[in-house]
Amino acid sequence: MITKRIIPCLDVKDGRVVKGVNFQGLSDVSSPVALGKYYSDNGADELVFYDITASSDGRKLFTDILCEVARTIFIPLTVGGGINSLDDFDRVLKCGADKVSVNSGAIKNPRLIYEAAKRYGDQCVVLSADVKRVDGVFRVFAKGGRENTGMEAIAWIKKGVSLGAGEIVLNSIDTDGVKAGFDLEMLDAVCSAVSVPVIASGGAGGIEDFVTLFQRLPKVDAGLAASIFHFGEVAISDLKAVLKANGIPVREVTNIA
Amino acid sequence: MIAIVDYGVGNLFSLKSSFAAIGQDAAVTGDAAVIRCADRVLLPGVGAFGDAAEKLRRSGLDQAVLDAAAAGKPVMGICLGMQLLFDRGFEYGEHAGLGLIPGEVRSISEVIPATLKIPHIGWNSLHFPGEKSGLFRYIREGDCVYFVHSFHGVTSPDYVIATAEYGAALTAAVQRGNVCGCQFHPEKSGPVGLNILRAFCQM
Repeated sequence: MITKRIIPCLDVKDGRVVKGVNFQGLSDVSSPVALGKYYSDNGADELVFYDITASSDGRKLFTDILCEVARTIFIPLTVGGGINSLDDFDRVLKCGADKVSVNSGAIKNPRLIYEAAKRYGDQCVVLSADVKRVDGVFRVFAKGGRENTGMEAIAWIKKGVSLGAGEIVLNSIDTDGVKAGFDLEMLDAVCSAVSVPVIASGGAGGIEDFVTLFQRLPKVDAGLAASIFHFGEVAISDLKAVLKANGIPVREVTNIA
Repeated sequence: MIAIVDYGVGNLFSLKSSFAAIGQDAAVTGDAAVIRCADRVLLPGVGAFGDAAEKLRRSGLDQAVLDAAAAGKPVMGICLGMQLLFDRGFEYGEHAGLGLIPGEVRSISEVIPATLKIPHIGWNSLHFPGEKSGLFRYIREGDCVYFVHSFHGVTSPDYVIATAEYGAALTAAVQRGNVCGCQFHPEKSGPVGLNILRAFCQM
């Protein structure tokens, strides 16, 4: 039986993992390689690395770190942040990434989704959308959630899928950092609109939030979170044990090869 | 030495790294001479069947893989590499495969309910329909591995050594003597996957 995926997300700046609260006030957490290995050993089903570095020096450092992560960790790796061209896809895929997540780059140039899907396959292209309610309408935000694009979110996500995105990461800016649960209403709207896997992001405050997510919205394929994992508030093994006890299929944590 | 056949499709970095992680010497190579010297041959692949089969033939490495199989060396196909072991595939038209495993590669849409998403992406548990293959000696029935695919091998139950339940019993792994294949990605399946690669190195 296919299992629900639990995905820690690591924001990397200047070679270190950081976590923003509502995308601002970043604080240094840990080494990407060490943290990635720890998660992989302790039951993470996939890892997402976002490069939030602006400089080209930082980008080179990120790419080097990614290679090191891929040498050490044998679970699927998704990479995002600063993906604006096919060259960017190529750069991170060569380092061992399995999927590439596009966000602002696809907003600027939607054909990037189509071109990348054609070259690398739909399964390789993840459309990540930062979405916030503005006057009761779901709007897509760009540039790390700072800029309202004015685009209606469901229409944008449907367009992304029709261009070839094989998976959606839906990050609710409204619930991100609040730790009061995932944005079930927004997720339900997206799940009803597309047939590709949807990964819920933004708002996980504890184990119960994941149970609620998968029970209320069986169509959601995965839950993504950062700070609750990074700060040790939730151990993935504990989370999976509770999910399993609630009848939600998960991959059991196995130790050591 | 394990030869990882490089015929220009997909990323072989993780495969090479996973053999390194279990202390095995593996070389990524597009050189038929190197493949002929190898003890074991690994045929990877991502993308579409027709395109990959064409690239494999154009590189001339198809013959090196066939020779290794005929010589009794362990040969393993992974994901699309497993599909290429079959007689033919039906992704965007009909294309010939290597013919090492009797059968065809067909869309999973032919066997799963329309309500299920395609591709089949994620961690799914393995079931062993018959006697457990040596490939799985270090893992248990029910262990999860990572899948990303829209097509699967359709063959005689004699050759199916593992299935995964996704609205139907999809072909997860096949074996015919010294030739085997995994539809899933052992190099992305954590300790379970590494243990399958370890067992392959002992075949």
